[in-house]
Formats: sequence, C-alpha cells, structure tokens
Amino acid sequence: MRNAGYKVLSPTAILGYGFPEKSFKAGVESRPDCIAVDAGSTDPGPYYLGAGKSFTSRAAVKRDLEFMLAAAMELSVPCIIGTAGGCGAREHVEWNESIIREIARSKGYSFRMAVIHADVSGEDAARALRLGKLHPLHPAPEIDEEEIAKSIRIVAQMGAEPVIKALEMDCSVILCGRCYDPIPFAAPALKRGFDPGLAVHMGKILECASIAATPGSGSDCVMGSLYEDCFELESLNPQRQFTAVSTAAHTLYEKTDPYRLPGPGGTLDLMETRFEGLEGGRVRVSGTGFIASDPYTVKLEGVKSAGFRTISIAGIRDPILIDSIDSVLDSVTKQVRGDTGFTGALLFHVYGKDGVMGALEPERTRASHELGLVMEVIAPDQEEANTVCSFFRSTLLHYGYPRRISTAGNLALLYSPSDISCGRVYEFNIYHLMEVDDPKSLFPIKVYEVS
Amino acid sequence: METVPLTDLAAVIRSKNAGPYELTVDILFKNRDDYEFMKEINYFDRKLFARLYGIGIDKIIALVHFDPASAIKCTMVRPVISGSPGDTDVYGAQQHAPILGLKVPAPVPRKSSVIIR
Repeated sequence: MRNAGYKVLSPTAILGYGFPEKSFKAGVESRPDCIAVDAGSTDPGPYYLGAGKSFTSRAAVKRDLEFMLAAAMELSVPCIIGTAGGCGAREHVEWNESIIREIARSKGYSFRMAVIHADVSGEDAARALRLGKLHPLHPAPEIDEEEIAKSIRIVAQMGAEPVIKALEMDCSVILCGRCYDPIPFAAPALKRGFDPGLAVHMGKILECASIAATPGSGSDCVMGSLYEDCFELESLNPQRQFTAVSTAAHTLYEKTDPYRLPGPGGTLDLMETRFEGLEGGRVRVSGTGFIASDPYTVKLEGVKSAGFRTISIAGIRDPILIDSIDSVLDSVTKQVRGDTGFTGALLFHVYGKDGVMGALEPERTRASHELGLVMEVIAPDQEEANTVCSFFRSTLLHYGYPRRISTAGNLALLYSPSDISCGRVYEFNIYHLMEVDDPKSLFPIKVYEVS
Repeated sequence: METVPLTDLAAVIRSKNAGPYELTVDILFKNRDDYEFMKEINYFDRKLFARLYGIGIDKIIALVHFDPASAIKCTMVRPVISGSPGDTDVYGAQQHAPILGLKVPAPVPRKSSVIIR
C-alpha cells in the first residue's frame, strides 16, 4: 500500500453520538494527521438554532471530546470541530468552548485554540440583499428586509479558508461555528495543496463517519486516507466494511442530486467518480471534480419566531365519530374560531388517518379503528395558546356530532393535565446564498492560549 | 404486462430531508440488471412521483438515475418547511410509503446475461 499523503480520523457522525473506544484506539494507533468531527445538522429542525441550544447532550459531547483531545495532544495533530453545538451560532460555540476549557483544566492540557464564529447580523444580510448579493436557494422563497429583520439568529456556512487560516496560525484545536460539513476533514488537506474535489468529497463521506459503511452506524470510527489521485476509506471496527455500493449509496443520502454537491466556493462534480471496493473492507474513490464558483457564495440559515405552542393529545375509538372525523374537526375548528376570535394556527394531527404524511398522503379512504389526535395551537403568547387549546379540547370533547350515541365525551385524553405548553416555536425563514468578496470576512477567528 | 412488487427488486427505499425545504426519496436496487432495465424503459420519471405523492410536476426538483449505486432518486419540494407550523415529519424520514406499494414491469433477462451454448 502507498503512503497516504494525508490521513484523517473521523470518530463519529455527530459530536456527542459516541464511538467504541476500541475503534478510536485503532485509529489513533495508525497515526492520523488530523482528528476531525462534524457536530451539526439542520435535520432536527429550526428550534435549536432559534433557541441557541444544542440537540446533543453536554455529557455526551464532553465524553467524545475527552478522547479526541487526548489523542490530538498525544499525536500533536490538530483537532477540528465543525458546526459546534449542532447549529454553530454564538451560543452553540460558547457552549462547546466551555466544554473544551473544562477538559483542558481537568487534564492539564495546554494548547492554542482558534474559535471561529459564523454569525451574520440582520444588517449584513439586508445590505447583501440591497446589493443583489443574496439569493434564495430554491425552493426557499425570495425575502425582503422586513422578513430578514424577523430572524432571531442567522449563521453562514464557512468554507475551508477560515480553518486554513487558523491552521496557519498553528492552532491545534479549532472550534468552528456553522461550517460546511466536509470542511473540518478537508481543510488540512487543502492547506497542503491536495485536489479539492477529492479532499472535499472525502470530507463529505467522513462527516457521517460509519453511516456510509455496511452495516452502517452513526457512532463508529473511520479513517480516511487521501492520495494525489484518489482517497480510501477504512472502518476502524472490523465488523464494518466500506464497499463500492455502500459508499456510492451514501452519496445519495440527504442530497438533492448526487452528481452535483454544492458548497461554499464551488460544487463537487461526481459525473466521473469511480467507487472501487478493495480488500480488507476498504473502498477507493477517484475522479471527483471540483468546479469553483464565481462569485464565491456561502449559505445562510436563519430562523424566526412563529409564536408559542400548546398541544393536547387524545385518542378516539368510537366508530361513528371516526366515520365523520373530517366534518367534525372542521365544525369544531370553525366554532372555536368563532367563539374566541382566534386567527392563528389551529391544527389537528390525526394519526391513523394522515398524521404522518399530511397533504402528501395518497390513502384517503381508509382510517384505522382507532385514531390518535394531537390538537395544536400556535399563538403570539403562551397564555393565549393555552386558552385557545383549552377551548379546542373542551369543544371537541363535548361536541354533539350527527348520529352521536356516546354522549359522555368524544376523547380519550392521554394525560392529566391534558394540555401541554411547549414554549416558543421557530421556523426557518432564511435559506439563501450570499455572495462574498473574501471567504474569510464573515468568520472572525479568535485565538486563545488555553492552559 | 407482467409486473412484480418493487419491494422484490429494491434493497432500500427511503425518504429524508435534503435540507429543510426539500424531501428526497431513494430507491436502491439489489441487482444491477434490474436497475438498468428500469432505467432503459424510463419507468421512474417525474410524472410517476408526482402521481404517487399527489403533487404537481413542477414540485419535482430532480429525478436522477445514479449508476454507481444502482439507484433512482427523486427530490421534491416539501409541502411544509421542516419544523414549521403544520409540518408532520421534521426529518422527512417516513414519507417513502407510497413507493412501497408500487408494482413495476417485470425485468426481462438482459441479452448480455443470456448464455447460449
């Protein structure tokens, strides 16, 4: 086997998802040039960016980082974390930074740390809009300055440039705010002049760690080895293998189009990519290209408040009511709106009918012998949401629908109290590409001597 | 026309978000020849997915045949943005069921795989 020009250890798919100690140790023993991890995702929805909270647990993140920092200190290689705290806004980065400092204190580590923020102010986004440098990512809609002003938090996905800058400053721990997922894995390789198509494509797979192996797992370690003309992936758990199909299949995962994968500064082009299974459960990937974009663009994600939510959960078992559920819910909704004057969101989720697929549900004629019902109200404040939900529940509970025989109550309420206040609700309102002159300008780097 | 359940031919049928505004479904075939057959007859087109999900063809963003994984991918506009009021599936992970019921044309053995002695 040739000597890899660059080796990077990916311990887990999301920082805090964990990994077997044995796999990690095997990775450290083969002496990677970098230990990198992706900590983020938009999949858990808008709440975490809006509320400034992590969707992973502090104890779990600390556990993973203890192993990673110990190995980085032992090998004297950089440890790079992308999209700290799940969403990579200031609150998330600070949360993760406090964990790193806590570990350093208790273990007596000293190192130079870069913290790279990725927050974008509403004013900066609005200025970009005025200059024609902010474009919606289809199918996100066009926005105006009024809509931008509603955003509670906006982050931009950084490319490799700020991370490379931090590496040039000899930082051995690099904590990034919102970051394009492959970057923590690819940045050191790009700094060394490796082919961007291969480096970023390798990062694209490594950011999910063993999810691309078979059997797949979101919590097991992988070693990526980058050469001049290809890269290779190897599971660090002998029970998993990378095959040509498992790796190619992963390229589809969560993507719009597997042949074209856009990111900051350019697009991966997989038209000529070859996936080749090797002995020992490894895979070799080659032929991926990178098409630089001009101008350089970064993706912005922003969320706004949608109000406050209250829900009530109940079951329905009466076949007469189940038969006429649509018209009953329609009538109850109208009555509640009439009685309360409420114009906000009054929603039903009817499990056993179309609770999972909603408007996309093709099965329109059949309903289950029992239905699960979630009543939901979203109002400008929690008190109003509670009040309207209470009306909603009580009106439906005693509603006298046609052919009704069961006159004691229409709902099997699941809990006492029946209504649950859920707090603030958020929704994505910015999903746009912003043109930038300098890929580093949005991402200030703070350097600390931690000891 | 002879048909077979798609679930006989597919190893994976799944749905997931592709970012908060898009829903994407993947069909991975067990066998390369079956995939090539479907690709040749162009059975999986935008019209089919629009019909399965009861949406306009303009809501289909991409329909891709991905040879390296013997896979067909269809990406569509989410009816509700992930996690916004009214959304029913934040990760988009349970939107694949309409595909599971498909009966597809039975693949005919390919010439290359017919061995004449």
